[in-house]
Amino acid sequence: MTNGDSGMRTLTYRDAVREGIREAIQKNERVFLMGEDVGRYGGCFAVSKGLLEEFGPDRIRDTPLSESGFVGAGIGAALGGMRPIVEIMTVNFSLLAADQIINTAAVYLYMSGGQFNVPIVIRMATGGGRQLAAQHSRSLEGWYAHIPGIKIVSPATIEDARGMLWTALQDPDPVLIFENSGLYNMEGTLTTDAGAVDIDTARVCRAGKDITIITYSASLIKSLEAAEILAQQGIETEVIDLRTLRPLDDKTFLTSIAKTHRALIVDEGCRSGSISAEISARIMENVFYDLDAPVERLCSLEVPMPYAKHFEEAVLPQTDKIVSLVQKMVGADG
Amino acid sequence: MKTQRTGKRKAPVINHTHALHLLHGMSRIRRLEEKCAELYSATKIRGFLHLYDGEEAVAVGVLEALTGEDAVVATYREHAHALIRMGSAGTILAEMYGKQEGCSRGRGGSMHLFDEKTRFYGGNAIVAGGLPIAVGLALADKMLQRPRVTSCFFGDGAVAEGEFHESLNLASLWQLPVLFVCENNLYAMGTALKYTQAVEDLASKAASYAVDTAAVDGMDVLAVENAAKKATEAIRTSGKPFFLECRTYRFRAHSMYDPDLYRSKAEIEEWKKRCPIATFKQKMIDQGILSDSDIDTIDRDVAREIDEAVAFAEACTWEPLEDLTRFVHSERRMS
Repeated sequence: MTNGDSGMRTLTYRDAVREGIREAIQKNERVFLMGEDVGRYGGCFAVSKGLLEEFGPDRIRDTPLSESGFVGAGIGAALGGMRPIVEIMTVNFSLLAADQIINTAAVYLYMSGGQFNVPIVIRMATGGGRQLAAQHSRSLEGWYAHIPGIKIVSPATIEDARGMLWTALQDPDPVLIFENSGLYNMEGTLTTDAGAVDIDTARVCRAGKDITIITYSASLIKSLEAAEILAQQGIETEVIDLRTLRPLDDKTFLTSIAKTHRALIVDEGCRSGSISAEISARIMENVFYDLDAPVERLCSLEVPMPYAKHFEEAVLPQTDKIVSLVQKMVGADG
Repeated sequence: MKTQRTGKRKAPVINHTHALHLLHGMSRIRRLEEKCAELYSATKIRGFLHLYDGEEAVAVGVLEALTGEDAVVATYREHAHALIRMGSAGTILAEMYGKQEGCSRGRGGSMHLFDEKTRFYGGNAIVAGGLPIAVGLALADKMLQRPRVTSCFFGDGAVAEGEFHESLNLASLWQLPVLFVCENNLYAMGTALKYTQAVEDLASKAASYAVDTAAVDGMDVLAVENAAKKATEAIRTSGKPFFLECRTYRFRAHSMYDPDLYRSKAEIEEWKKRCPIATFKQKMIDQGILSDSDIDTIDRDVAREIDEAVAFAEACTWEPLEDLTRFVHSERRMS
């Protein structure tokens, strides 16, 4: 809906993703969406609701529960000149297609000596926080970011949810888009003429001078909430949304740390071998002498995700934990 | 759905030119593989090396049924398919040498031969990993209304993988023009089919997905060619997939690392009596289609071709180290 004359309208993250898909299918006749329950069901998170009626079963293609089969078919279709958007219901099930993503999509261009690029976009829901327990709550985007040959993007805003898709489809190589399932109901505003956004750079979402929080996806929302609370206590937090985990835009966070001299990384992945570990290492390698305090990380605890609500909340990074960690780091914890 | 048994059929009569052509193809493969083994021992070729000796009739017979517009998706035992499809042994050997003039710029090696010009999509070395790719290539053809066939080669071992079943189901469900070619050489690396498959009739598995099938003597190039032509004609007419099982045997070990302890010498010798090249030569001579001098000429031509390919590979160059990271990502944007 449009809000008066401002050219702004309010919509959910889910609506924004759907608009991105719709626009892509309208703009390019070679774009199509396929995945489990994307058509008749309307998408497991209702992202593609109504698109089957609008575009028909060829371009909104329901697949069997064959993750490896249909991701591989997406790769083949991309090699054959199509621009597939493959939806994997959640990152947990992407493990059934990991071979095709990691051993085929990521390597085809290189091992063919530059002959066969794979312009596929794979979207999937990620993240915990909905009491879905150990098999449905993984955050593996950082784990995929280990692999050369694929790009990993993670929209945390309405604008990115809509705009990253088209840019990903323009990319000649595989792009994986991770949508945190906790964000689908998030509302926000978008200009009526909002379009594609870059997928190469991180963004400073809030400026501050005392500490830099480096984060992405659902943890960005929590970090911004924490920054608001901290501001009331006189602590000015700079918050950076990484947006893209591979290739990592180090320049934006290194520049910020050179100014704030403190860095906290908030990441829903588990700590060991995580993207937060990579970021921390790059900070040490590049701006060690700018630091006034050790780099800190707030990650998920290293347990399979429990079902019980109080347990799950304790596992995930939370706003109050960010607040207290920042207070400790800036020496304001009393 | 129907399962044809074409192996026992009377071989079609062929003319002199075509007999020369088929024998030439199989002989080129055999000579290339012999040379590869030699070059491996000489440490010119490294990594894994899987040779095709004994299975030549399959690649030659099946590829005979394809047009230049069709696609080929192959496995890590793909020198033969690459040679027949791409034409040049030089760039294939250069690839195995790791040289930049190789068909994958030295980034792939023996298991990852690629060629865009002839739509040769590898060189896929994860067993059954190529099947979904073939399904997708055919899906693109169907959506873009291009009348092309995608051929997909895989071994009997692939039939045990989930991707085989997912791919057969998808190709049948969406009615996609894929020729699935199972090169059944009876062993998944070192384990015989009877130890890995509850049902050893592989065509029956494809048939269970409502895919038409045929099983053929993979040691008989004419039978393979005939079956493959029927299969591709069926695909071009119906738009639907087809599963062709070629029953064959590899004369050498699985790879250069394999001591080949899991099968008897007697079994190997028995199969060698059915050598697709020797039996074809004999048949053609018996039928008066080829002469001894035809065969001598082919052997001489093939030996010269492969020697020249080795010389080419030797003379090729190493890509400079500065280029190591080229092609992790594309250098051009999409149109």
